[in-house]
Amino acid sequence: MPEIVVISGKGGTGKTSVTAALAHLADHPIICDLDVDAPDLHLLLQPRPWRQEEFRSGFEAAIDPLACQGCGECQVRCRYGAINPRGEIYAVDPLRCEGCKVCVHFCPAQAIAFNERHCGRWQISDTRLGVMVHAQLFPGQENSGRLVALLRQQAKELAKTRGQALIICDGAPGIGCPVISSLSGVDLAVAVCEPTPSGLHDLERVAQLCEHFRVPVAVIINKHDLSPDRTREIEDLCRLRRMPLVAQLPFDEAVVKAMLVGQTVTEYDHGPISQGLTQAWQAIQALTRDRRAA
Amino acid sequence: MIIAVASGKGGTGKTTVSASLAQVWGAPVVAVDLDVEEPNLHLFLRPEINSRQQAWLEVPRVVEGACTACGACSELCQFKAISLLGDVLLTFPEMCHGCGGCLAVCPSGALTPDQRELGEILWGRAEGVGFLSGRLRVGEAMSPPLMRQVRQALAVLLADGGRDAIVDSPPGVSCPAVNAVMDADAILLVTEPTPFGLHDLALAREAFTPLGKPMAAVINRAGLGDDRVREFCQREGLPILAEIPFARRAAEAYARGQVLASVSDEYRDLFADLAQDLRRLAAGEPVRERVAAHA
Repeated sequence: MPEIVVISGKGGTGKTSVTAALAHLADHPIICDLDVDAPDLHLLLQPRPWRQEEFRSGFEAAIDPLACQGCGECQVRCRYGAINPRGEIYAVDPLRCEGCKVCVHFCPAQAIAFNERHCGRWQISDTRLGVMVHAQLFPGQENSGRLVALLRQQAKELAKTRGQALIICDGAPGIGCPVISSLSGVDLAVAVCEPTPSGLHDLERVAQLCEHFRVPVAVIINKHDLSPDRTREIEDLCRLRRMPLVAQLPFDEAVVKAMLVGQTVTEYDHGPISQGLTQAWQAIQALTRDRRAA
Repeated sequence: MIIAVASGKGGTGKTTVSASLAQVWGAPVVAVDLDVEEPNLHLFLRPEINSRQQAWLEVPRVVEGACTACGACSELCQFKAISLLGDVLLTFPEMCHGCGGCLAVCPSGALTPDQRELGEILWGRAEGVGFLSGRLRVGEAMSPPLMRQVRQALAVLLADGGRDAIVDSPPGVSCPAVNAVMDADAILLVTEPTPFGLHDLALAREAFTPLGKPMAAVINRAGLGDDRVREFCQREGLPILAEIPFARRAAEAYARGQVLASVSDEYRDLFADLAQDLRRLAAGEPVRERVAAHA
């Protein structure tokens, strides 16, 4: 089944609003929110969870204050600055602990426990637009890449058991571990960008990343009317990198108004931005069809 | 004094606020870009880069013929970066977190330090403002190791106490975001008055609270959505130090690559007031809200 992920490099360009609209325009796809760090898609889709699971991944060290002899071996070994003296003994700063186990291994008093980390929670829910797989990493936690991989696996299984032909994913900003984890093996990445210096710069980096992982990219320019000059620069970049430009969306307050009432913008009205998104969706379908056929 | 400019949601205006604060700070200051995945601060401050250095992470390499296949290294590694396949020791450098455990535990000298490129660190100046930035190599998955090295470089720049720093942080609330605000004396959360802005502001507040640092908020694009962000801040005792009104003029200036503080006297004054309040906040002094003045 085709799997499409919406990304952007730069945050706040409109990934989630675009994803929600595409999910509305598609026929009940499997919907997946891969921005596990700061997920927002649920605010538009009001999911009703029917399965909830804890996400545990990785470990963290904890020094037993009664067993610690204060030798300081752990502090010397720790490359993350996560171990500091506390009185005559030592303590682990969980925010800095990488979970590498080196201190645990080398502690001569065997005073360091190695506890599994409870990093978040994931859910499968019904929504009016389709079944949704989503999660929340607890604030400050790591291993978002593993959680992204887990959600994608769940989405694929759901698609298979339900005979659903399409998975639409909302991606994370940036080019780091959760984004890399969301890209491997997808049919198409849809990059949403805005005509600003940051938008252009970040699109270029995310396009390089997709090239690195051999994922085809289609581009949507959001708020194109903010800067005709920058929009032309993005068009040039798309030509240069052979990335099809599937829509240019105008700045439209309907996006925020739809958000305020918890709707996708294509449900909210049929104005210029909704028309642009409909056109984008048709172009994206054609692209994934062509790719399948090839 | 280090001020971290952060947010949960991306695109709320962190870089706009960071660049503007650096311009009006009124004392020696370094503008630091710790959003190493998508660094943007240089696009607005346009610094002259006078030094750049590649950043590396230590990873293990197998010394041909020395491994006794004891398995101590692969047993210790938590990141699947080294594994014993029969008698053959394989390393997966891109998985390595650089903890050094395998090198330390190997009894037969079969591992030697090698390096993985993380990206680069850049130093520069922009009209009297110091500039420091990290830039992650495209394809590198881990941003915290590079961020740690940029933070070390910043510590060197601030060592004599003669400078302050404004840190532009990555979006989100997971490990990279926490990494960026860890050394700060105060955290400024930039948000927008929309449901997404509110939701991610609440996450950021929750993520940074355990650090025990003074926090305050700036509401960007004020007037765009609803009042719930303001109500949240009041309920949480999070002082709102400024509201930047929603204006197409501001968005267009940003699209041209202009620093907002240099667009008009009004914006300049807004950021100068904000800078003063942040100094007080970082020093643990009470700050007054400036909502009414600029709403």
